[in-house]
Amino acid sequence: MQINFMKPRKIASVLSIILILISIFSLAFRGLNAGLDFTGGTLIEIRLSEPTNLEDMREVLGSKMDEDFQVSYFGSEQDVIIKIPGGSENNLSNEIISSLNEVFTFDLRRKDFIGPQIGEELRDQGGLGILAAMLVMMVYIMFRFQFKFAIGALLALVHDVLIVLGFFSIFYIGFNLTVLAAVLAVIGYSLNDTIVVSDRIRENYRKKRKSDNVDVINRSLNQMLGRTLITSLTTLLVLFALLVLGGDFIQNFAIALICGVIVGTYSSIYVLCNNLIFMNLNFEDLAIKKSETYDDGMP
Amino acid sequence: MLRFQPWKIITILVVITIGITYALPNLYPPSPAVQISIDSIEGKIPNKVVEKISQQVADTGLSSYAFKFSDNNEGFDSIVFPTDNYQDQLRLKEFLDGTLDPEFVVALNLASNTPQWLWNIGASPMKLGLDLRGGVHFLMEVDSDLLISTRLESYLADIKRKLREERISISRSEISDKKIFFTTRTEASEELDDYFKSNIDLEYSKQGSNQYLVKYNEQGLSDLIDYAVSQNLETLRNRVNELGISEPVVVRQGKNRISVQLPGVQDTAEAKKMIGKTANLEFRLEAESNSLSSRTDLFDFSGQRIRLLKQVITTGDKVADASVGYDENGFPQVNISLDGEGGTKMHRSTRNNVGRKMAVIFVERKIKTSNNGDEIESYFDKRVISFATIQSALANQFRITGLDSPNAASELAFLLRAGALAAPMNFVEEGTVGPSLGADNIRVGVQSLMLGLFLVLVFMIFYYKVFGLIANIAVALNIVLISAVMSILSATLTLPGIAGIVLTIGMAVDANVLIFSRIKEELKNRLKPLDAINAGYDRAYITIVDANLTTLLVALILYIIGTGPVKGFAITLSVGILTSMFTAILVTRSLVWLIYRNRKNIDSLWI
Repeated sequence: MQINFMKPRKIASVLSIILILISIFSLAFRGLNAGLDFTGGTLIEIRLSEPTNLEDMREVLGSKMDEDFQVSYFGSEQDVIIKIPGGSENNLSNEIISSLNEVFTFDLRRKDFIGPQIGEELRDQGGLGILAAMLVMMVYIMFRFQFKFAIGALLALVHDVLIVLGFFSIFYIGFNLTVLAAVLAVIGYSLNDTIVVSDRIRENYRKKRKSDNVDVINRSLNQMLGRTLITSLTTLLVLFALLVLGGDFIQNFAIALICGVIVGTYSSIYVLCNNLIFMNLNFEDLAIKKSETYDDGMP
Repeated sequence: MLRFQPWKIITILVVITIGITYALPNLYPPSPAVQISIDSIEGKIPNKVVEKISQQVADTGLSSYAFKFSDNNEGFDSIVFPTDNYQDQLRLKEFLDGTLDPEFVVALNLASNTPQWLWNIGASPMKLGLDLRGGVHFLMEVDSDLLISTRLESYLADIKRKLREERISISRSEISDKKIFFTTRTEASEELDDYFKSNIDLEYSKQGSNQYLVKYNEQGLSDLIDYAVSQNLETLRNRVNELGISEPVVVRQGKNRISVQLPGVQDTAEAKKMIGKTANLEFRLEAESNSLSSRTDLFDFSGQRIRLLKQVITTGDKVADASVGYDENGFPQVNISLDGEGGTKMHRSTRNNVGRKMAVIFVERKIKTSNNGDEIESYFDKRVISFATIQSALANQFRITGLDSPNAASELAFLLRAGALAAPMNFVEEGTVGPSLGADNIRVGVQSLMLGLFLVLVFMIFYYKVFGLIANIAVALNIVLISAVMSILSATLTLPGIAGIVLTIGMAVDANVLIFSRIKEELKNRLKPLDAINAGYDRAYITIVDANLTTLLVALILYIIGTGPVKGFAITLSVGILTSMFTAILVTRSLVWLIYRNRKNIDSLWI
């Protein structure tokens, strides 16, 4: 059975564009729920010996300090997180802990202070990292495949990253350094898919010189369908394990990757191939050049 | 006929043997332990004391045996008491802190449980990151503004001296915005040209008639900060070593920062106090009655005002060793040995001044927040801690008396021994992970690894049958190899690192999926089973290398730009990609060869 993947390609283009626009819109106006890593500030996580009303805790904290703060549960009614954005005096956390100690009994789980300049630098570095990753990929694909594939792959990556970021913005899920690492891993994963599909398209073009490019792409996608689905499935299985058992720290990391695997699988079919058709990929683009040495494939 | 070179099996066996051997120590995690040493470089704990402490510890029931290190006739350098868990470790430390005298240093440590034969070949378990083990980390930044203005001050003094020699006086001078401005009474260009020829770090320009501006040039500025950071790195390493913590990490991060990780430490305030203290000592002579007031400073000392010369005899960084002692009356004192340079200076200044008084000034950098709460300013707080008459010419060895308490004495000795910071530092980031969170993180990490592994293994067997089983062996081997490589590189495992391993499991089967689906496809194209296997491996190979190389590139970028959690993830991801290429291609192919090599005519494959 052959599925005509390329038939609904116009609908897919419209869908992708709408999703990207929504993401950009949300990122521009709502922004990301940037974690302490990027904003700077103080975070204290405690485990109380018994469930405690947050109001009581707010009262105690409010009477002791002037700074703005947020208190919230973290997993259960015994786990509480206190966040104080900004601030430069890092003795604050010790003062908070000692004033809480007067009223509640608890176990200090985690305490972080991140200076505002660090947050700013991490933001810049993160953006730079995403750009660098995309650029390196483009050069690699240009070298290994061909310019049109590089453009297609780049668009697929931009598409994936924007939609994952948009997802985090729309649902306002906490975005920290670990999630950023996941977004970069999405780039790697999505590219993996893109390369596998490109590889097959190239192979099929070289086999049959005179065929319609929509036809070649369709055939390639059908051949790779089993593999694409199974790999996505195994990856989703382990991500599911991380999501369920990985605890709060890893949860958002898993969400980013799950989102990225789904979008990445979709984009290697529609974004990449749509662009190849749009740019009218043809046999000449993929002719084996004389200088190219051929690997016999023996490991 | 299956194509395969049987000698590759030998390679695989060698790699597997090495892999298992080096992964093995991870089955013997180290025990949390408490270490006791004595507060001096030369000090030994006498045998009798060791026995007494061991008995006391045994009575608490928290630790049943002790490791003793570096035995010689006089005693031991340190004793280590392993405990069962982190709670017992903290209880034991608390107990020992309460019972032992202040000259003993009680520190948290880890006692290795790796069997001796593994230890002998250099195999050791993976290091656990702070998020898995609990501990404290700091990121410190050199306060370059304060550093520059301090340096410029001394340059200004030098310029003044130089010009005075040339009989040119300065009418007005100030330092602001990292620049020196000064006005001379007469033209000084020639003399200044001469002076700045030998000071390549600085540049000067004429601003108007007899008005000059001096500032650091770019190279000078970056050299200054570079020097300060590398000096501070050395000092911080010394201080951290003095704390006696196992596996501390003190590394430079970026241009002007130093990252310090102290596993097992819980008390941030205490650790910060010891590490971040930018304390130094100054030794100065009392001013004589005819000293110019511009050359003296006023200080308060036990209720009276004293006048000291501005000129410093020597500073705390010339101290070679310092230890706590007690004088005849039982008051605490610090015995100091100066290095050669410091000793010479001390001798030169004191030999003609017997009977005059000398002050020891404790210099500490403090931060004050201005009224609106935004601006932070740092300044040096100077306090006279000792003001005593010079009894005889001093040289390399002398002592400081008049300290408040034994604790003050041991703190001062610690700071002098560990050295002074070349430039003041700010804490720009700090974090504490409690031991309970660390233990939870290990648990969730291992659980999600197990669940992910289980799901993938079941799926592969269900979908690819015999070949799925082969792929599963490769996946299991891959985990062993990742742990072995991590242990050999002595890389640190973090929670995001575990997530990286879990992700690698999911993605590593991709290589096998590519190969197997290709084999299935070739079978559909009516290729004979064995030819289909050959074709599957050959054709999927290039795709696998391409796909893995790109992911590896992303992992490398992550490693380069990332800090903390991102780096941990990048390490396991890159290691996992490399080992998975070995296991998914080579190992599975040899297993397939072993299974099918002697079967001449098979009609179908269990795939």
